[in-house]
Amino acid sequence: MPNSKNDRRDFLKGALVGTSVAMTSGVSTQALAADKAQANKTSSDSQGYIFFNLEEQEWIEKLVNHMIPADQLSPKGTDLGVHFYIDRALAGGWGKGDRLYQSGPWKKGLPTQGYQLPLTPANLYKVSIEQTNLYCQKKYGNKFSKLSPTQTEEFLIDLKDGKVSFADGPPAQVFFSMLYQNVMEGMFSDPIYGGNKDKAAWQMIGFPGAVATHALNVEKYFNKPYKAPIFGIGDLS
Amino acid sequence: MSTKLKEVDVVIVGMGWTGGILAKELSETGLSVVGLERGDFKTTADDYSLPNIRDELRYTIRQELMQNASRDTLSARNNPTQEALPMRRLGSFLPGEGVGGSAIHWSGGTWRWTDMDFKIRSMYEDKYGKKYIPEEMTIQDWGITYAELEPYYDKFEKVAGVSGKAGNINGQTQVGGNPFEGSRKNEYPLPPLKTILSAKIFQDVAKNQGYHPFPRPSANASEAYTNPDGAHFGACQYCGYCQRFGCESNAKGGPQMTVIPIAMKKPNFELRLNTWVTKINKDSNGKKVTGVTYTNLKTGEEFIQPAALVLMCAFAFNNVHLMLLSNIGTPYDPVSGKGLVGKNYAYDTGVGAELFFEDKHFNPFINAGGTNTVIDDFHANWNFDRSGPGFVGGYIVSAGHNTNLPIGYRPVPKGTPMWGSKWKEETAKWYQTAMSISTRSGVLPHRHNFYDLDPTYKNAFGQPLMRLTFDYHENELKMDTHGAGIVNQMVKALNPTKFSNAVATKRSWNTVPYQSTHSTGGTIMGTSPANSVVNKYQQSWDCPNLFILGASVFAHNSAYQPTGLVGALAYWTADAIKNKYLQNPNKLIS
Repeated sequence: MPNSKNDRRDFLKGALVGTSVAMTSGVSTQALAADKAQANKTSSDSQGYIFFNLEEQEWIEKLVNHMIPADQLSPKGTDLGVHFYIDRALAGGWGKGDRLYQSGPWKKGLPTQGYQLPLTPANLYKVSIEQTNLYCQKKYGNKFSKLSPTQTEEFLIDLKDGKVSFADGPPAQVFFSMLYQNVMEGMFSDPIYGGNKDKAAWQMIGFPGAVATHALNVEKYFNKPYKAPIFGIGDLS
Repeated sequence: MSTKLKEVDVVIVGMGWTGGILAKELSETGLSVVGLERGDFKTTADDYSLPNIRDELRYTIRQELMQNASRDTLSARNNPTQEALPMRRLGSFLPGEGVGGSAIHWSGGTWRWTDMDFKIRSMYEDKYGKKYIPEEMTIQDWGITYAELEPYYDKFEKVAGVSGKAGNINGQTQVGGNPFEGSRKNEYPLPPLKTILSAKIFQDVAKNQGYHPFPRPSANASEAYTNPDGAHFGACQYCGYCQRFGCESNAKGGPQMTVIPIAMKKPNFELRLNTWVTKINKDSNGKKVTGVTYTNLKTGEEFIQPAALVLMCAFAFNNVHLMLLSNIGTPYDPVSGKGLVGKNYAYDTGVGAELFFEDKHFNPFINAGGTNTVIDDFHANWNFDRSGPGFVGGYIVSAGHNTNLPIGYRPVPKGTPMWGSKWKEETAKWYQTAMSISTRSGVLPHRHNFYDLDPTYKNAFGQPLMRLTFDYHENELKMDTHGAGIVNQMVKALNPTKFSNAVATKRSWNTVPYQSTHSTGGTIMGTSPANSVVNKYQQSWDCPNLFILGASVFAHNSAYQPTGLVGALAYWTADAIKNKYLQNPNKLIS
């Protein structure tokens, strides 16, 4: 029985790709048992994924845990729920292009002209994750989720600096800037959106969250560290 | 097939500050007034209330209160040789949508622009000579004076609940105020906001360097307040969620909690929500307007609303867009310099330094929209000699914290990695211990900064998008360079643990990051039909029963934020309509 979540996912994928018949036989029972064991182990995963497929789930988990490692300041990205935040954002209206002007024609444009792709954010993620895996396979002999920490760091810095280009797809840097923004949103937005679990990112920086009033605190905490309980919208609803 | 409705006396397009003020003032005369608003009517009790209003993702990042680009946006380019492409998401500027308009989400900065702006060309020519003004800088006198507007500034400050400290009452300099402001009849209606640490640090260093710091005037009520119309304001709670948020305390002055509810009590005023005006209609010879055509966004039906008087009170660039779509006036042509509609687009520029202090606690989440200290020594101070740096205009310098929420605001020193444990460490260390000092100047008009209709892209109504051609030019670089020098002297004196100096760079306008919603010009005010779209009463020279209100009439942009002047001009125009135009509905200036 696979014991880590990634192993379990590989196991499931391998089984399904291997034979479609297996789906109706013992494998699905095993999968169900694995799911059940997972559900009993922790409640933090009970949200589940609603957008990313299995391959993409590995990818986003690898990314958020690399960008937000566990240390004395905060738990790691998946323990903060940043992967679930991004999954939900992409499954929801924003990911589907709410408030995005989507009429053509599409031109490349200048950097000063902003986002010009015919892709919704959800589309951009799908295409770009696939392209990063092709790129990493070619350069490192492995897909992104299998890179070593050093390789991951190098790849992400190259992606940020515009040194990665996708064989067939959008400008890699455009994807990076959306991805990075979403990781920050998942870390620092209100926990009602699925990330920033237990307001850990707010605790890290001392941001008090959904306060009601600070009028008296201007003087009380003038040039002094602010100390008070941190509230999210959910705590006050 | 559109349905023609019964004629009314007045139709108002847009229900922000200008539309709200005119709705109240004109409905009080007994005229039948219809207000058309694209968005809905959100209320403090249901929509801007705790805890849900404290949501940075929803309001700041996802821009819930702003114009929806999927339905209508602008195309943009830096100069006429480029191809304009649509701003697929709004970024640089964020006009509001819904009753209250951008005054729902503003910070409240409320300034009195003076003759230094209204007489810009003649004052610079007198002092520095005709050749001082660059040939391509299309500045002009506005034809209005500070003295004419003074009572209307006073009125607007009282209605909007502005907190501040006067610097000049009846010619007498006041301690603690802006000594360079125009002479006022009255003190501000409310005392200044509390001084937070970053504003105090700036106040001290500015004073030490011989400048004249004062609290930024802003429509954030420093105390509970009832305005002259009887609208109630709560006291500002320094909640740290001001810009881009509605105010749950009703402490931030806006038309949705002042003039509009008063107008709505009048049976002769009707507010129609979710209505999108597509055209201003003209009579057969084009000498008068006859009303507007709009779509009911709840049903998709099109209506024609005839009116004796049409007031365009949409956000600045939406006013210009409607003028171009309705073919009123002559579109501006940057090649020949002829035509006026779309001319003199202007915006903001500025530079800033970031200062990191290991031993200070700024609590950047405790602030109001207006908790800043400012100096005006390099703008309204006419004795400041511009001939050395060689620019026209000027800049204010300020510091303070406003709406510094953690998705968008996480200052770290240069060279900090963007992720990983080191990034977390630096983010945690500096979030509460950093401040900035920045300058703000108005971009002055240039012959190649303008609006016209886009030849390719269309909005949801099948109409051409507005195309904006805009870039910074030499004058901005000169102002930014001078301002950076002043800011960096202050940084040096403050000796922070770490800092990034202010740097002026030759750059192109970028549509992506938020900069400011101070887009001005396009239907400019001036002294004659040959140089302007409207006269000093904001009345169209072409069609006397059409008035265009708001920052689209600004002939250039100033170092001050626009709303104080927008509000004063709205009261000035309301007065002119009530006391002059209605008696003789014709050209107020012939």
